[in-house]
Amino acid sequence: MMTGHANRKAAAAARNRLLPEGRVAGPMPWIIAIMMFLTVLSAAAGLGLGAAVRSMSADLAGRASVQVVEADAAARDRLAARTLQALRGADGVRAADPVDPALLADQLRPWLGDAATSGDLPVPALIDVMLTPGDADANVDRLRRLLGGLSSKLRIEPHAAFLLPLAGLLGALGWLAGGVVLLMILATGAVVVLAARGAHDSHRTTIDVLHLMGSTDVQIARLFQRRIGLDAFLGSALGFAFAILVIVLIGLRLTAMGSELLGAVTLDTRGWIVLASLPLLGVLLATLTARWTVLRALGRSL
Amino acid sequence: MSAIVQFENVGLRYGLDSETLSDVSFSLASGGFYFLTGASGAGKTSLLKLLYLAQRPSRGVIRLFDEDVVTLPRKRLPGFRRRIGVVFQDFRLVPHLSAYDNIALPLRVAGMEESEIDAPVAEMLNWVGLGDRGDARPATLSGGEQQRVAIARAVIGRPEILVADEPTGNVDADMARRLMTLFEALNRLGTTIVVATHDLPLIAQVKGAQMMKLDKGRLADPTGTLRYPPRSQERP
Repeated sequence: MMTGHANRKAAAAARNRLLPEGRVAGPMPWIIAIMMFLTVLSAAAGLGLGAAVRSMSADLAGRASVQVVEADAAARDRLAARTLQALRGADGVRAADPVDPALLADQLRPWLGDAATSGDLPVPALIDVMLTPGDADANVDRLRRLLGGLSSKLRIEPHAAFLLPLAGLLGALGWLAGGVVLLMILATGAVVVLAARGAHDSHRTTIDVLHLMGSTDVQIARLFQRRIGLDAFLGSALGFAFAILVIVLIGLRLTAMGSELLGAVTLDTRGWIVLASLPLLGVLLATLTARWTVLRALGRSL
Repeated sequence: MSAIVQFENVGLRYGLDSETLSDVSFSLASGGFYFLTGASGAGKTSLLKLLYLAQRPSRGVIRLFDEDVVTLPRKRLPGFRRRIGVVFQDFRLVPHLSAYDNIALPLRVAGMEESEIDAPVAEMLNWVGLGDRGDARPATLSGGEQQRVAIARAVIGRPEILVADEPTGNVDADMARRLMTLFEALNRLGTTIVVATHDLPLIAQVKGAQMMKLDKGRLADPTGTLRYPPRSQERP
């Protein structure tokens, strides 16, 4: 006497025998693996760039640089000190810090060579200003008036002025990555439709026999959706594993570069959860698409 | 009237060709035994296809189990098909399944528990003389053995109607007699049997069976007994 579990297992095994085995032998799991690999990479790029844009947006709204454009070094230092003092006491300023001249010289060296540190070239002093949260434009206008009152040799450059195009580019790339994910989902669906149609056509004789014995469309569709779901599971797992490997390697390389901008391209917990859900969504998409395709094909017969 | 099948002026046309079946009208009494004869191309297989719901007619009315199956919604067809056993002329065994699994198909389709399948399938295999060939795939069976598997598969679900298209075409005379004995036994249990055949001696073997003859798509019924069977031929 079979137990309930053994009975279900035997029934499942009998159902599985209805379509001849051929798993992994066909191209389907490999195609799904490639598509999942590209989808996860695109999604990771979109999420990482989104994080970078968000981080940059905070900078855009809350940071500015004040330049002390004075040729005489001693006068420049005095003016910089006065300006710093004024900024630290000003409304709308959270923090004001002078940029180390040595750091500035290092950054200019690729363009100016040793002249950057020789003192022959007048290099402006820089003060990094962090603004209080709120209306950034109003804060900048207020500081511009304050600095104008101090000296005509002071200029304020809100970071938005030079980071906005870059943020726009990163944002566009993020949306592009999102678009690629959508296209990959559509392409995966199309591949599953073709695979399900092919499987339906190649098992036509068996399907006809099952139909004439009283099989319902849903009973037959289940056979195909299970087979294609398994193929999609294997392909998704493979593609996901390789994509995660690549993402981790790229992350290590970005970290090693030490760039603040590239370092902002990160994945937070939410991003990892989204990536982890992609193979599950892939399997679900493949299974439902296979079911829909086979039911539609069966619906055209009597 | 306990007619299990009724055809009223049924016509069947494939595409734009002339009608394969024209104005076919008959009634099959529940529990009757019928032979369908006619020359090749007379329309026997087409008529059987209408009977086992593989085809809808181009015109006319077909009633099965007291329901009009011409206008029956598609989703209700499986329930009707499970009440009909079919022995196809070309057997239509599923090639990658063993003889055992082929015979078990109707029971599994009907949702029978696995634990309840083994006994009737084993009994059926023995009944058709293939008790030791349960694991064999159709390709390794002879034509006659395949036909017996097909017959076992058709009758295992105890159908109310059994439709057989040339069931003795690939078996020797002895096996043909045994198959007819099997069909008669089923018939005695209440199954309505419809057998398409060219084999006239076979028809003579079954006492009380009624003959239906198709000629160029039309059913010969000079006395009208097929259309309006006498009360004595009806079974409750």
